[in-house]
Amino acid sequence: MTAGVSGLTMRLAPVAAAELTEYASLYDWPLLELGAMANERAQSAAPGGMVSYIVDRNINYTNVCVTDCSFCAFYRRPGHAEGYVLSNEQIGAKIEEAKAIGAVQILMQGGHNPYLKLDYYTGLLDYIKTHHPIHVHGFSASELDIIARVHKADLGTVIGELKDAGLDSVPGAGAEILVDDVRDRIAKKKIGTARWLDIHRAVHEQGLLSSATMMFGAGESRKDRVEHMIRVRDLQRETEGFTAFIPWTLQSDGTEMDGAPETTATEYLKTIAISRLVIDNVRNLQVSYVTQGPKVAQVALHFGCNDFGSLMMEENVVSATGTDFIMPRDTLVRFIEEAGFEAVPRYQDYSPIIPDLDWYCGCRVCMDRRDG
Amino acid sequence: MIFPRKDEGLCVQPQSVELLPIAEKVEAGERISRADAISLFETDDLLAVGGMADLVNRRLNGDRVFYVANQHINPTNVCILNKVCVFCSYGVRPLADDAYTMTLDEVFAEAEAARFSPTREFHIVGGLHPKLPLEYYTDMIRGLKERHPTVHVKALTAVEIAHLARVEGIETRDVLRELLNAGLDAMPGGGAEVFSPAVRSTIADRKLAADEWLQVHREAHELGIPTNCTLLYGHVESAADRVDHMLMLRDLQDETGGFSTFIPLAWHPDNTALGREMGVEGNRTGGVDDLKALAVGRILLDSVPHIKTHWIMVTTKVSQIALSFGVDDLEGTVVLEKVTHTAGADTPVGLDLNEIVELIQDAGKTPVERDSLYNPVHEPVVA
Repeated sequence: MTAGVSGLTMRLAPVAAAELTEYASLYDWPLLELGAMANERAQSAAPGGMVSYIVDRNINYTNVCVTDCSFCAFYRRPGHAEGYVLSNEQIGAKIEEAKAIGAVQILMQGGHNPYLKLDYYTGLLDYIKTHHPIHVHGFSASELDIIARVHKADLGTVIGELKDAGLDSVPGAGAEILVDDVRDRIAKKKIGTARWLDIHRAVHEQGLLSSATMMFGAGESRKDRVEHMIRVRDLQRETEGFTAFIPWTLQSDGTEMDGAPETTATEYLKTIAISRLVIDNVRNLQVSYVTQGPKVAQVALHFGCNDFGSLMMEENVVSATGTDFIMPRDTLVRFIEEAGFEAVPRYQDYSPIIPDLDWYCGCRVCMDRRDG
Repeated sequence: MIFPRKDEGLCVQPQSVELLPIAEKVEAGERISRADAISLFETDDLLAVGGMADLVNRRLNGDRVFYVANQHINPTNVCILNKVCVFCSYGVRPLADDAYTMTLDEVFAEAEAARFSPTREFHIVGGLHPKLPLEYYTDMIRGLKERHPTVHVKALTAVEIAHLARVEGIETRDVLRELLNAGLDAMPGGGAEVFSPAVRSTIADRKLAADEWLQVHREAHELGIPTNCTLLYGHVESAADRVDHMLMLRDLQDETGGFSTFIPLAWHPDNTALGREMGVEGNRTGGVDDLKALAVGRILLDSVPHIKTHWIMVTTKVSQIALSFGVDDLEGTVVLEKVTHTAGADTPVGLDLNEIVELIQDAGKTPVERDSLYNPVHEPVVA
C-alpha cells in the first residue's frame, strides 16, 4: 500500500477471516428468513414504518475522465469530441429547473478531469451559493482525490476549502467494492480501498456527512461484499459520519464488461438484507430502483431498506448503460404506500421535510435562511 | 452461527397478532376462510404471507420448480369483444388496419420453430373471430400433432370454446369433444378475469359470465382435459373480489380436481380503453402486490397442485423472487409473446431455456422441465 499525496493513507488491517466466513454464510439462508431478520434490524434502526425519498437533481458537471473504469459507459477521454464541462450558467439554469419541481439538493458528480483546478470547484460552489443557493451534495471520494492531487495539497485542506466555498455533504460513490484485488481488476486507476476510507474519514473530520455505496455483481465474491460492508461499519464506528449505505448492481451494457451475467433479484435482496445485518451502525439503507426496477425496489422495502433514494430529475451515468427507471413522484409515492409504508420526503441528512417546520442542516443555505 | 436458525414449519413468524390464527391454520394444514384470505391481502406483513405460502408449497412440491419449453401462437387478433373488454389492447375489429388472421399454413410455418428446439408445448390463444369455424382449430391441432407428435397442444380459453359453440350452434361440450378428438391435450386458464359481476360489467361487460366460464372448465374436466385457471388483478377489483374469485375456483376444484395450475395475471393498462379512462397508462402493479396475489393464491387454493408466475407480466426478477413466496412454476420460454406486449409490457418476448434453469437454481430450487401435463420430461438438471 503506497502513501497518497496527503500522507494519510495507512496500511489496512485485514478483516477477520472468521467474521467474513460467518457473514458470507448468511447467503445460504432461505430468502424469507434473511429478509425477516433484516426487517427486524431495520425497524430498530429506523422505526415508524416510514420510507423516505429525496427530490433532487443530478448534475454531471463534466464527463471528461482519465480513470477508464471497465464498468462505466459515461466517461470520455480528454480530447474526445463528446467530452464536455458545463459552464456555471448552465449549472445555475439546471438548479433553477430543479428548484421549480421542489428539489432540496443537487447531486454534483463528474469525471476525473485533470484540467479542472481547485479554484474551478471553489468558484463553482461560490457561484451556486451566491446566485442559486441550494444544498450541494457533491464530489465523491475519487473526485476529491484528483482535486487534491492536481492541486498538490493535503486532503484535509482541500475538503476544508470546498466546505468553506459551500460544499454541504459528500456522496458515497466510487466505492465499488472496497477490496483491492477486485478494484485492481475493474477500476485499476481509481483510488484504492485505504484511500477511499481515508477520504471519507477526512470528510467526516471536517464536519461533513457522507454516504457509502457498493457496486456489486462485477465478478467479486460474496466474501468480498461482506468485507466491503465491514470496512464501512468499522469506519462508522470511528467517525459516525455515514448517513446511509446504498448498494446497487453493475449494469454492464455499453461498458467494457458488457455481457457479464446480471445479478439476480434473489442475490440483490440477499445482499441488501445482509448489509442491514452487518452494518448495524448506519441508520439508512437505500433501495436502487434505477438498477433493479421499481417492482424489486418496492419488495426490497421488506428486506431491510428504509429509503427509496432520489427522484433523480437527471441521471446521466446509469442511463448511459440503457437502464432507465426515472420515476414520476406520484408513482414513487404510490409504490412506497402500496408496500405498506408512509412516504416521507427528506433532506440530504435523511431528516424528514415537515411542512411549516423550519429545518436547518448547518449548511450555508440553511444558515442564511435562518438568519434571514 | 450468529443467528438462531429455524429449519421446520413456518420460516417467518407473523409480526402482527391478527395473522397468528391464520398462520396456525396453515401450519396445521387446515383451510383458511374468506376473511382470512382478505386479511392476507390487506396486511403489510409481506414476508409472513410469503412464509405461509412457502410452507404450503414445500408440502406439495418440495424444492421443485417446474418450467416448460413452450411456444405461444396467437392465430388471430380479430375479436368481436374488442370494444367490450376495455382492459385489453390486443383484440381489434375485423377491418382494422392491424387486424390479422393466420392461415393454417402460416400457423404451421410459425410452429416450425419447434422442430429444432426442445419445445414441449404449443400455447394457442387468440381473439373471438366472427367467421373462423371450429374446423379451423381442429385442423390446426391435427396438423400440429402430425408435424410435432412430441409436442403437447394447450389451446383455447373457455371464452373461445363458448364462442365456437355459438358460431357452430352446438353445445360447448361438443366443441370440447371435437377438440379432444383432434388431439387437444390441455386448456389454458384465460378469460376468467374477475368473476365478480360488478367488476365484470366494468371491465368486460357481456363477456362470458362466471358460471359459464366455470361450466366450460367443468365439462373439460369431465372429459379428462386438464385446465388452468387465472385471475386478472390490478385494475378496479377489491381484495374481497379477488378472494371470492379464488373461492369459486376452489369450489370447482373440490368438485372435479381438474385444475393443474393457478396463474394470477397482472394487468397492463397501456393502450387500453380502461387504462385511458382511469388515467393509469404507464402504471404497473407493484412487486409487493404481484407477490401477494401469488402467495395468497397458494395458501387459499390448497387443492390446486401448482401456482405459476407469469414472468411476461411481472418481470423475470419478480418471478424469481416469487419462487420463495410459494410459487413452483416459472412458465416457459414462450418464444414470441404478443398479447401483453401490445399493452406496453417491457419484458422480453421470450427466454432462453438455460436462463430459466439458472434463475431457478439461483433461487436455491431444483429445476424440473415438464410437459403440459406436469410430467417431468427428463431428470432434474443438476448444477
